[in-house]
Amino acid sequence: MSKHTLSVLVENKPGVLSRITALFSRRGFNIDSLAVGTTEHPEVSRITIVVNVEALPLEQVTKQLNKLVNVLKIVELDSASAVTRELVLVKVRADNDTRSQIVEIVQLFRAKTVDVAPEAVTIEATGSSDKLEAMLRMLEPFGIKELVQSGTIAIGRGARSITDRSLRALERSA
Amino acid sequence: MTEQATGAPKPQPRAPRGGTPQQPAAPAAEHVTGAQALIRSLEAVGADTVFGIPGGAILPAYDPMIDSTAVRHILVRHEQGAGHAATGYAQATGKVGVCMATSGPGATNLVTPIADAYMDSVPLVAITGQVASSVIGTDAFQEADICGITTPVTKHNFLVTDPADIPRTIAEAFHIAATGRPGPVLVDISKDALQARTTFSWPPAIDLPGYRPASRPHAKQIREAARLIADAKRPVLYVGGGVLKAGAAPELLALAELTGAPVTTTLMALGVFPDSHPQHLGMPGMHGSVAAVTALQKSDLLITLGARFDDRVTGRSDTFAPHAKVIHADIDPAEIGKIRTADVPIVGDAKDVLTDLAAALRAEAEAGHLGEAAAARYREWWQQLDRWRETYPLGYDLPQDGSLSPQQVIERIGTLAPENTIYTAGVGQHQMWAAHFLTFDRPGTWLNSGGAGTMGYAVPAALGAKAGRPDATVWAIDGDGCFQMTNQELTTAALNGAPIKVAIINNGALGMVRQWQTLFYNQRYSNTVLRDGPDADPTATSQGTRIPDFVKLAEAMGCVGLRCENPEQLDAVIEKANSINDRPVVVDFIVHEDAMVWPMVPAGTSNDEVMAARGVRPDFGDAND
Repeated sequence: MSKHTLSVLVENKPGVLSRITALFSRRGFNIDSLAVGTTEHPEVSRITIVVNVEALPLEQVTKQLNKLVNVLKIVELDSASAVTRELVLVKVRADNDTRSQIVEIVQLFRAKTVDVAPEAVTIEATGSSDKLEAMLRMLEPFGIKELVQSGTIAIGRGARSITDRSLRALERSA
Repeated sequence: MTEQATGAPKPQPRAPRGGTPQQPAAPAAEHVTGAQALIRSLEAVGADTVFGIPGGAILPAYDPMIDSTAVRHILVRHEQGAGHAATGYAQATGKVGVCMATSGPGATNLVTPIADAYMDSVPLVAITGQVASSVIGTDAFQEADICGITTPVTKHNFLVTDPADIPRTIAEAFHIAATGRPGPVLVDISKDALQARTTFSWPPAIDLPGYRPASRPHAKQIREAARLIADAKRPVLYVGGGVLKAGAAPELLALAELTGAPVTTTLMALGVFPDSHPQHLGMPGMHGSVAAVTALQKSDLLITLGARFDDRVTGRSDTFAPHAKVIHADIDPAEIGKIRTADVPIVGDAKDVLTDLAAALRAEAEAGHLGEAAAARYREWWQQLDRWRETYPLGYDLPQDGSLSPQQVIERIGTLAPENTIYTAGVGQHQMWAAHFLTFDRPGTWLNSGGAGTMGYAVPAALGAKAGRPDATVWAIDGDGCFQMTNQELTTAALNGAPIKVAIINNGALGMVRQWQTLFYNQRYSNTVLRDGPDADPTATSQGTRIPDFVKLAEAMGCVGLRCENPEQLDAVIEKANSINDRPVVVDFIVHEDAMVWPMVPAGTSNDEVMAARGVRPDFGDAND
């Protein structure tokens, strides 16, 4: 199994996300992560989906997604030519003995301490999933009390924008 | 899908934002209710027939319906009947079928026919009432999230809560249903949107920026396909329902005769290529002819047109047509490569594909690669094909005890029926026998539930076909199991001037399931006997209880009921049924219960294992391969 990151531009309408997730469950595709938000154009939402598939089913995933009437465009972003990021918030057990070691790890990973209490430190970190996994491994021995992660978001490197053309199409029809 | 199939306006660019003076003069807007806007929209898209049942939430729509002279509403007895009738109407006319139901259970009763239309790519628009928008989500009386429920089985669906959106949504629904790969679209309209005042103007601007149905076939792929055809030694045209829906029967005939290659038409495509044509090998698949199944297995080139490598055609797909290169043309890009990798993928409407391919092949012919050259090259292939055809023709044995053979009944109905008769079928043995022993020489004369395999399809579909094609004789070939699922629509047929004819192929059992029990479950007939209760001996050859009495049942519903129990009566009874045209006719044909459908490829096995009859595996001369 291999991971692929798809950027899916959709009309910003009610129920579109459920159409996409319903398609994935019906066709038996596996979603690794999913993140949704609006774009620079308020009528367009962008869904970043990380799917775990072989090459042939990936073609099926994109073709089936393309058939959804509310889907405007699908682009696969490969890791070499795209920036991918996740966000984690993690609450780590800490006391007077361990707090400074934890802060040191936070600095090593260019993360941030966002809350401190006598028994815990809450850390915010962004990065690729590899970096975040490495940080969590370092924090694990102190005791992770709570962990929350966002889905992956990704954007292509360079000057080109994947929204340009579909936005023009939307302008024409709007 | 051709444009004549829809009255929906084509997508038009809207004027730029900001309301500049270049905006074209808008058609005069009228003040109407949402319900009136709905009926006016249906009239404007050219919907002439709606099958449905009113109820609380859709009630406002039924008030202006009564005044419409353009839209005829046929009041069915169950919403499932409305859905299948709309599907039958669509399959018989090529137009979009329309059904209507109220919220909650009315809408959920449409789910089966919507799923059926989705699997068979039938253009259908289902309109459902929804509870008032202020109470959506509160578990209000007769509330169901029908958009959520039908998302996996519709091409698209809409929830409308603003009356101003009704005309545009109806136009979009018909456009989506009829274009590209056709399919069902559901429009759910809240009761308050139907009741509120709005303005109506036509045509509305269609706003579907993400909907881009098929493009023209790619010229390079067409040339590549023509080159493969010119080089092939054992080509087969594998033709599916997409060719029928594209209205491309003449183009198919031209291409077939240009290449001289054999043709197989799937269950969904019967009629698109004449059964009587010498190049036709019959239907492929689990119950296909030995010649068609084997031609695909031994082929070196599948010319796949509007077909989708369904498991009932391929058997085990990893052993299907192992020596063949594949040209796969379909209007839906997602079908290409879904099951079988295509060597030459072509995305496009079958009519365009066939036209372009014929032009490219004529170019090959001028280069001397076709015509005489092809005839010589295919000679050996045709010798093999003819040998399989002659050795393993479709056939059946007459019962020893003098009872009726179901195959003979169906064959005689086909022989005695007037020209241009439309046949519908349920699902099971009778459906396969109808596919085998009726002759289909024209498109749109065979309506059945292929992909979903929906028992109970035949009677309501016949009602819909008759409503759409009142000039044609419509025979429903049904089983006694299927018939008991949807026969309430005979009342609808009797009261709405739809004199359909129904043949119940009554073997007193769920015949296809019984056949599998005979072959694969040691004749343990668990729950497949219909003519007797659970305590009766399932192997007894008695005629059973005659519960229900189909003749009396038919008469109770305003139809003529006839019965036929032996071969001597057969032609006379069929002719009697054919002579009655003022009322529906139901004929109860009491047939032998042990008749089986052959040939058969047992489920989950390779098509190489096709059995011509029980225990008879054809000799393909494999040693010579």
